[in-house]
Amino acid sequence: MKSLLPILTVLLAIVALWYAAAVKLNSAWTYDQAVRAGTEVSLSALVKDTLAQERPVLPAPHQVAVGLWDGVFGQAMTSKRSLVYHGWVTLSATLLGFAIGTALGIALAIGIVHNRAMDMSVMPWAIASQTIPILAIAPMIIVVMNSLGLTGLIPKSIISAYLSFFPVVVGMVKGLRSPDAMQLDLLRTYNASARDVLLKLRLPASLPYLFASLKVGVAASLVGAIVGELPTGAVAGLGARLLSGSYYGQTVQIWAALFAAAIVAAGLVMLIGAAERATLARMGLVR
Amino acid sequence: MIEARGVGLTFQTNDGPVVALKDVNLTIGKGEFVSFIGPSGCGKTTFLRAVAALEHPTEGTLTVNGLTPDAARQARAYGYVFQAAGLYPWRTIAGNIRLPLEIMGFSRAEQEERIARVLSLVDLEGFGRKYPWQLSGGMQQRASIARALAFDADILLMDEPFGALDEIVRDRLNEELLKLWARTEKTIGFVTHSIPEAVYLSTRIVVMSPRPGRITDVIESTLPRERPLDIRDSREFIEIAHRVREGLRHGHGDEV
Repeated sequence: MKSLLPILTVLLAIVALWYAAAVKLNSAWTYDQAVRAGTEVSLSALVKDTLAQERPVLPAPHQVAVGLWDGVFGQAMTSKRSLVYHGWVTLSATLLGFAIGTALGIALAIGIVHNRAMDMSVMPWAIASQTIPILAIAPMIIVVMNSLGLTGLIPKSIISAYLSFFPVVVGMVKGLRSPDAMQLDLLRTYNASARDVLLKLRLPASLPYLFASLKVGVAASLVGAIVGELPTGAVAGLGARLLSGSYYGQTVQIWAALFAAAIVAAGLVMLIGAAERATLARMGLVR
Repeated sequence: MIEARGVGLTFQTNDGPVVALKDVNLTIGKGEFVSFIGPSGCGKTTFLRAVAALEHPTEGTLTVNGLTPDAARQARAYGYVFQAAGLYPWRTIAGNIRLPLEIMGFSRAEQEERIARVLSLVDLEGFGRKYPWQLSGGMQQRASIARALAFDADILLMDEPFGALDEIVRDRLNEELLKLWARTEKTIGFVTHSIPEAVYLSTRIVVMSPRPGRITDVIESTLPRERPLDIRDSREFIEIAHRVREGLRHGHGDEV
């Protein structure tokens, strides 16, 4: 509870800054309207107006909160205006992509650790893959998948997996290589097979590294799923909400969708954190 | 039984070849307790690792129970105790002792029976369900000895197993190790830096010297098998320790 005060202070400072920025950024439109009407704007009127515009440059925190509340609780869950509906569309692609990316990342890491040729050949490609802007490659993936007859969930998941496999590869390679020479020698004195070394030493030793990677990976998965929703033309998902919001200048809708995405991401990271604690406690690694 | 005839081992490094062992001739009989002592780089650990087939001699012949080191390993001829206990932190003490038994394919019932037996052998009954971090350094090293004993190898190879422990704990473990040796009648190869430890434990002390790593002296201990801790104040003990010290000094004198 001791840390509550600093946390609240920081939060309060952010909200205050946000309000100040909203007043400043939205004032141009208010002044503009006033000039056209030939009236003067008092300070209190300015504040009142800038924090309640319909299409503000920067919506005020309470506007976003209302937008978020309305999107989540104010609509039927199946409605096209419901953030729950769009959130679920994005979340399902995120989870599938995360599963694919994690499986692929672990498989590649195991290959890289056991095979020198793979170490030399796969890693540069994995790194290169992450230097390409995802926005550039996402439409290609959609188009290619579409020509193969795959639409909707799968192409989005592939883009999501494309982003999330990388932290898993990097973390797992490090984790699988974390046992020291003595621990490996010990298994050699038992005539342990490569499979035994992997299952009994390398994999358990890599778990703390895996969880750290998964937290980065799941956030990347969500970004991938959202980006994957953009080129399909705003059909469904949080990405679609962002896109349609920007088409129609609905800044409150954009910000509400952004916050919905952030909340989903935070929830996913917290879930992995809980899984991490439970697993490590079961393994006796938490003191 | 371990037999070395003209064993040499040269490492190829980036700075050129390094002769870790040169012309090592040694026979260790069944039931002996042989210590290897010498300064760093004298090849004592390398020799032990060669016996365990963790390194491979580049010259000479080395046999363990009449087999090559690799074949002897296949036949589970030895258990190896490293300088650090090296227990897996995610396994309990019993789980750590189970590790070699799992790999070697013992049945579940036999695993349990053997774990209980070796835990009592190293006086760790009741600690099977603890995790390594819940045990002191000395207890962890005892658990690692239990792990090496679990699959009933005739030979126990120990590479400075008590080197990281304080002297009081080390004395106790030395005493316990002697009792364990008497009870199990294992053949023990023991690498150490400590002259009192070598003299107290061994039936034979192999003194080695570096550059190139070689044997400079082999000292037969005249101490009785039954050795209370205060035997270290006896004249006989001090004489043997003196001979070891002389041997070490002599080995060093060669290169200066």
